[in-house]
Amino acid sequence: MGIDSLVGGTIWDEYSQKVTDLMNNPRNMGEITEEEAEAMGAKLIVADFGAESCGDAVRLYWAVDPKTDIIKESKFKSFGCGTAIASSDTMAELCKGKTVQEAVKITNIDVEKAMRDTPDTPSVPPQKMHCSVMAYDVIKKAAAQYMNVDMESFEEEIIVCECARVSLSTLREVIRLNDLTTVEQITDYTKAGAFCKSCIKPGGHEEKDIYLVDLLEEYEKEKIAAGATLGNDGEGVEFAKMTIVQKLKAVEKVIDDNIRQMLIMDGGDMEVLDIKENGEHFDIYIRYLGACSGCASADTGTLFAIENILKEKLDPNIRVLPI
Amino acid sequence: MRVYLDNNATTIVDPHVFEEMEPFFVQKYGNPNSLHAFAGETHPHIKTAMEKIYAGIQANRKDSVVITSCATESNNWVLKSIYFEYILTGKKNHIIVSEVEHPSVIATAKFIESQGCKVTYLPINSEGLIEAQSVRDAITDKTALVSVMWANNETGAIFPVQEIGEICKEHGVLFHTDAVQAIGKLPVSVQEFNVDYLTFSAHKFHGPKGVGALYIKQGRELIPLLHGGSQMGGLRSGTLNVPGIVGMGKAMEQAIDALDFEMSEIKELRDEFEDALLEIPDTFVVTPRNRRTPNTILISFRGIEGESMLWDLNRAGIAASTGSACASEDLEANSVMEAIGADEDLAHTAIRFSLSRYTTKEELDYTLEVVKKAVKRLREISSSYAYAPEGHESGLTAH
Repeated sequence: MGIDSLVGGTIWDEYSQKVTDLMNNPRNMGEITEEEAEAMGAKLIVADFGAESCGDAVRLYWAVDPKTDIIKESKFKSFGCGTAIASSDTMAELCKGKTVQEAVKITNIDVEKAMRDTPDTPSVPPQKMHCSVMAYDVIKKAAAQYMNVDMESFEEEIIVCECARVSLSTLREVIRLNDLTTVEQITDYTKAGAFCKSCIKPGGHEEKDIYLVDLLEEYEKEKIAAGATLGNDGEGVEFAKMTIVQKLKAVEKVIDDNIRQMLIMDGGDMEVLDIKENGEHFDIYIRYLGACSGCASADTGTLFAIENILKEKLDPNIRVLPI
Repeated sequence: MRVYLDNNATTIVDPHVFEEMEPFFVQKYGNPNSLHAFAGETHPHIKTAMEKIYAGIQANRKDSVVITSCATESNNWVLKSIYFEYILTGKKNHIIVSEVEHPSVIATAKFIESQGCKVTYLPINSEGLIEAQSVRDAITDKTALVSVMWANNETGAIFPVQEIGEICKEHGVLFHTDAVQAIGKLPVSVQEFNVDYLTFSAHKFHGPKGVGALYIKQGRELIPLLHGGSQMGGLRSGTLNVPGIVGMGKAMEQAIDALDFEMSEIKELRDEFEDALLEIPDTFVVTPRNRRTPNTILISFRGIEGESMLWDLNRAGIAASTGSACASEDLEANSVMEAIGADEDLAHTAIRFSLSRYTTKEELDYTLEVVKKAVKRLREISSSYAYAPEGHESGLTAH
C-alpha cells in the first residue's frame, strides 16, 4: 500500500501540460468532407472506433493520396474524456505525412510518449492509458478500409495487455524464464496489467479472450504435470488425467513425503479412504488416526495444511474431507 | 468566479457551526468521560449537542442516536452486525438492498454475500425510483434486513421509505435507511413511520467532516462494530469527538431552521436553473422533479462525455460531479444511469449539479453561460455530432 496509495489522488493532476493544452485546444479536431478530399486529389477515409455506451468513441478522417498512399490530411472527432481527446488529436497529428503502411505502425505507446512533457514522466495516469488504445485501433480500422483488408491482418501477434502492448508470446516466455507466480510479478517484469487492469482477470472494464491469471494457471499446471512425472506411476500425466489408482498413489506419495511425518510427531496419523470426482473438484476422503482423531485443529489448521500441500503438489481443485 | 455545485459530495461548514466548535480545540479539550474539571467543561456541551441531534430527527429519548466517524461506518455497522447476529447464527439468511445504494452499503453487502449471506439487489425503474412493491416481492421468511436509502445521491430521487418501512413491519423484517442525502433537504422524522436504523452525516448539511451518526430504535440495539472503552453506552467505543459532536449538533439545528428555505427558495432556484439547462438541445433529466430532493439535478448532455464537461466547468471555476467512466478510478459508467438502462449512449454523459442554501442566482446564471459554451465546444469535438459521408456505416465497435 504505502502513503501514495493511501492519500490517493485526482487524476487530472497526473495529466502532462501537453495533454491539458490539447484538451483545451485540440489542433486536429474537425472533419474532412468528400469535396475537400477531392480538392486535394485524395481519397477520403472515415473510420469509427469505440462506442458512446462504452465511454469513448473516435472518428478518424484521412485524405489519402492514392498514388503515394501518403496521408495528406488527418482529422478526428471524439466522444471521450480529456485523455481520449488529447490522444486522438496526437494520433491524428502523427498520421500526417506518413504513408498508410507507416501509420499502421503507430501504437498507443507512441501516442502517449508524444504527449509527455519530459521523456521519463508518463503523460497520463495508469488508468487512463486505456483511453489512448482507441487511438491506435482507429488507425488500423482506417488503414484496413483504405487497403480493403481485414483489420486483424495488421496484428502480427496476440496482444494480451493493450495498454502496454505486451503479447501473449512475450508473457508466456517471461513467466517461464523467471518462474513468475503472481500478477504483480508479471507487471513488474513486463508492465502488463499496470494500466487499466482489464487484462488481469475477468470482470474489468473490458472483456478479454485471455487474462494474466489464465497464463499463471497454465504455467502452474505445467509445473504440476512436470512434478507428477517424478517417480510415480502416472509418469508425465496431469493429476486430472490419471486413473483412479494412479491418483491414489500420487496422493499417498505426497502424504508420505510431506505430511505423514508431521502427524506422527504429534502421535497421530491418517489414511486415504477414497477419491471422488465432484464437478471440477477432486474430493479426497481421509480418516484421522491416533492423536489426530478428535484433535481440535483436525478440522481447521491441520486440514488446511494437508489440503494446501495436496493442491500445490497435485491439483488446485483438490478438496480434503475428513470422515 | 468560483461556484460550488457539488453539495451532495460535501458542503461548506456553516460559519456558526465553526464558531461553536472552535473552543473545543485549545480551550476546552477535556475528555468528557473523565472525572475532573476539564471533563466538566466539555460534557454539558456534548449533552446539548446530542439533544439538538435527537430533536432534529425527532428521536425518542429511549432511542439511541450513536455518533460515529462517518456515514460509511454507520452503514457498515448495520450490515455487519446483522450478519453477525442473524446470518452467521443461521437465524436468517437474506438481506435486501437497492442496487443504487451508496458504496458503503453495496460493498458491505457484497462482503457479507461472500461470507454466505443471500443478498437481493432491488432494481430502480426508468425514472430512477424504487417501487415499494419490489421490496414486498423480495422478502422471504429468512430476510433479516432491508436497507434502502431515503434519497439517492446521484439523482436526488426520493425512495418510498414510508411504504417500505410499513412492509418491513408487516413482515417482521428490520429496516435501515441511509438518510445522508435527506437531512436538511427533506423533513426527516423517525416518529412518522417505521424505521429501525437511520444513517446520516454532518458534512452533508454544513457540519464538519468525520462525524456520522446512526439512529437505532429502542430495542433494536446492534452488536458493536468498535469494542473498547464503552463510550456511547458501549454501542460505539472510542473517545468522543467533542468538537465534531458539538458541530453536528449546531449544524442539525441550523439545517432544521433552514429546511423551509431549502424546500422553497433553493428548490425554486434549482427549478429555474434546470429549466434553462433543458432548453439546450439534446439534454435529459431522468427523475421527475417532484420526486427529487430540492437541490439536485442529474442531467445528460448527449454527445459529451462527463469528464470532458467537468473539465470545461472546472476551467471556469465551477465544481460539479459525475459518476461516469473516465472521472473515476475504475472507468465504469455512472451506476444510476446504467441501472436506469434507458439509453446506454447516455450512461457516460451525466453531470450532477447539487445546490445548497449558500447557492445564489448569480452563481447559477454564470454556470448556465459556462455550460452553454462548454456544450458548444465539446459537441464540436464530439464524434456523435460529426459528419459522415453518405453510406458510411457508423461502424462503432463495442469494446
